[in-house]
Amino acid sequence: MRKSLQHRLLLPVASLGVVGLVLTGCTGGGGTDTGNDLGDFSGETLEVSGAWSGAEQENFEAVLAQFEEDTGATVNYTSFGDQAATTLGTQIEGGSPPNVALLAQPALLQSLARDGNLIPLSDNARAAVEDNYSESWIDLGTVDGELYGVWFKGSNKSTVWYNADLYDQAGAEVPDNWDSFLEQLQVISDSGFAGISIGADVGWPLTDWFENVYLRTAGGDMYDQLTNHEIPWTDPSVAEALEVLAELFGNQALYQEGAVQRTFDDSVTQVFGADPQAATVYEGDFVAGNIADDGNSVVGENALFYDFPAVNDSEPAVVGGGDVAVALVDDEVTDALMQFLATPEAAEIWVPNGGLTSPNSNVDTSLYPDDISRQIAEALTGAETFRFDMSDLTPSAFGGTPGQGFWQIMISFLQDPSDIPGTQQALEDAAVAAY
Amino acid sequence: MTQSAVAPAETSTGRGGPGRSSRASSRRRMFLIALIFLAPALLLLGALVAYPIVYTVVRSFFDASGGQFVGFDNYVEMFTRDSTFTAIRNNIIWVIVAPVTCTILGLIFAVLLDRIRWATAFKLIIFMPMAISMLAAGVIFRMMFQENPNLGVVNAALVGINSWFTDESAYPGANVRADSGLIVQGGTIASDGAVEPGTEQNFPLVGIRADSIPEEAAQAEEPGSAGSDEITGTVWLDVIRGGGGENGEIEDGKSGLPGIRVDAVADDGSIAASAETDAEGQYQITGLADGSYTIALPASNFTQGYQGVNWLGETLITAVIILSYVWIWAGFAMIMIASGLSAIDRSLQEAARMDGASEWKVFTKITAPLLSPVIIVVFVTLIINVLKIFDLVYVIPPGSSKPAANVIAVEMWTVSFGGGNNQGLGSALALLLLILVLPSMIINVRRFREERSR
Repeated sequence: MRKSLQHRLLLPVASLGVVGLVLTGCTGGGGTDTGNDLGDFSGETLEVSGAWSGAEQENFEAVLAQFEEDTGATVNYTSFGDQAATTLGTQIEGGSPPNVALLAQPALLQSLARDGNLIPLSDNARAAVEDNYSESWIDLGTVDGELYGVWFKGSNKSTVWYNADLYDQAGAEVPDNWDSFLEQLQVISDSGFAGISIGADVGWPLTDWFENVYLRTAGGDMYDQLTNHEIPWTDPSVAEALEVLAELFGNQALYQEGAVQRTFDDSVTQVFGADPQAATVYEGDFVAGNIADDGNSVVGENALFYDFPAVNDSEPAVVGGGDVAVALVDDEVTDALMQFLATPEAAEIWVPNGGLTSPNSNVDTSLYPDDISRQIAEALTGAETFRFDMSDLTPSAFGGTPGQGFWQIMISFLQDPSDIPGTQQALEDAAVAAY
Repeated sequence: MTQSAVAPAETSTGRGGPGRSSRASSRRRMFLIALIFLAPALLLLGALVAYPIVYTVVRSFFDASGGQFVGFDNYVEMFTRDSTFTAIRNNIIWVIVAPVTCTILGLIFAVLLDRIRWATAFKLIIFMPMAISMLAAGVIFRMMFQENPNLGVVNAALVGINSWFTDESAYPGANVRADSGLIVQGGTIASDGAVEPGTEQNFPLVGIRADSIPEEAAQAEEPGSAGSDEITGTVWLDVIRGGGGENGEIEDGKSGLPGIRVDAVADDGSIAASAETDAEGQYQITGLADGSYTIALPASNFTQGYQGVNWLGETLITAVIILSYVWIWAGFAMIMIASGLSAIDRSLQEAARMDGASEWKVFTKITAPLLSPVIIVVFVTLIINVLKIFDLVYVIPPGSSKPAANVIAVEMWTVSFGGGNNQGLGSALALLLLILVLPSMIINVRRFREERSR
């Protein structure tokens, strides 16, 4: 309370300061002002760390440059690569954490918050988040009732990519539900091509299949419970999702043979390569990158995607990932940066350059550089339910180990989709051992 | 180094006064000097060998986080996991097969190459795989043994050879339109139920690519009317390019499938008559006696052709990995044995030959026994090497056959670092590996000692 009162007093003063600076041209930049009255923090220095490097780092530094211009503060960005937990842990131990960190793992957000290393968002920042984000994203940034995180970047793993040439040739249409999805795959397979190519030499694409179906058949609450292993994998809801999957996995006519030995990259090549053998491949938005690397199909022209089909009239739901900004230092300038990151204006600096899918609902989607990235972003912000990739939230012994646990059991399930109770029991055994 | 350094110290003290105290002090000095010279080696051995082993033993009694003492729980868990048993079984297969094969091949190469010109060139070629890292060799073998003949060279060769002997059918992979009243059995497409002469039997097929049907194929036509001893019908591709149309109907845009053999199968299973479809897909089976027939399109119309062997599947994966290991290490065995061969006394072989011994006799009675020390060294070295095999098993199998190819070293890595993050269990597995390697190490050390004392 004390803090917010102080803040309320400070804001008008600070905004006066900003106006003054702009009028006298003291900021030196001369760029556009986003109109955010964040305050004047000239002379203050902020440390920001994240996993981004290369082009992503440049784009994010452009976002931070706008903040520097608005407030006069200096922001230094450093990349910790994929060593988020280790790097932050060391810095916190050493008493000099960065002001703001961007985390890709909700589990890390939770453990840092529970250990008291994160600063909950101020009322202003909270208001900005509530204005701009849907409930799912707010929940994902909340630990024990306190909101800590601003999701700056999102990714969409509920995209089904298809070769439009083969779809046109077969007369297949974009399906809007699971039954129609299976029908279209049959139409394609009638035309002599495999309906869909599955690359399951390692299990992670199959866990993403399951997560998408489960989120649609069981809903977000059950999804959370299963993620935390509050309900067992022998639950009937799991059986229901596996039965839906078995409609596809059990029908050899629909997907390309040899799935368990195909790498994921190869499954993309089988659809978008020089000599396509299948018409559809399911995985997240990053498939666009695989297609571009292959170079035989053009994303947006003959390589298109549709949303993962609804099952039993389920609402639009997205499984995905993202990067969340959290504050580790309790001061005004850090709070100002968190507020800034929650605004659509911050994301809109990066969005036109490509590579950012913003979970912020108020970002102007016309700014996305192409139709495909716009469509991905609209699916992400338009989803009624958004959930983080389950296999990233479970202990890695269960959800992230090649040859074991969730990954391997899903491969066995693809090989023999008839044994649903056995699959559930195997999953439950693996989960019990890992949690 | 240490010996030569200590020796002069000893002689110098020996030359000094023989007093009791001076002898004790000189011994102490000798000990100190020895210690100083040994210290670097001891320090390194301690830090790099002794400490890790002791720490692994200690660590194996703690849980995944390392904070809680769990007694023998890790060992119990280790011996109750299915994956450990697969790993132990595979390790046994490896130890039995790989060193023997490598040694025998090495012996054969060494003895044969010993007698030809250009031997060095051949040796170089056989030894070459040793110069490739295990990881790269694994990647090469994985590529070579891919199941898809378009990717894997081994299956490409097999399929190529096979296609010399068998012709691929015109319509591989064709299927029937669902709900068209046709059945598929063992690749043969047949009418469901009896057909009588004077009637028609149509075959709407799907699953054939529009651009792969023969050029002479024309728009499908309705079958001609059947005489009293005839059965007629049309076989067509029931797909319109770009979609549309009604399933199971002969319409504009649907192509007939020429050259398909159609059999009229009598009740007793014999083929009463047969015909072939024309460009419009029409066929006409004539000369049928009264009765009922099953009209069948035999499987030979639709066979996929030979698709090669599933090398990287669960059954053959260990064999493929062992093959890649032999490819690399046979060269090592050959070089070792060849060097042994060059060191043996040739006059013995000459003498045996002079006495009229056959080449086989010379090999079994003279050459092989003389080579036995080096063969055993090679063999035991390979056994140790094989027990700790990791890279090839880690790289070659695709994810689906990883569990089937598992060995202890890979299991240890997966459990401790590859996502399991349970270094307690991993330490227990590492100790199991150590215990398995120990006997062959002891044998090797003993042999070295014997050799030195000889």
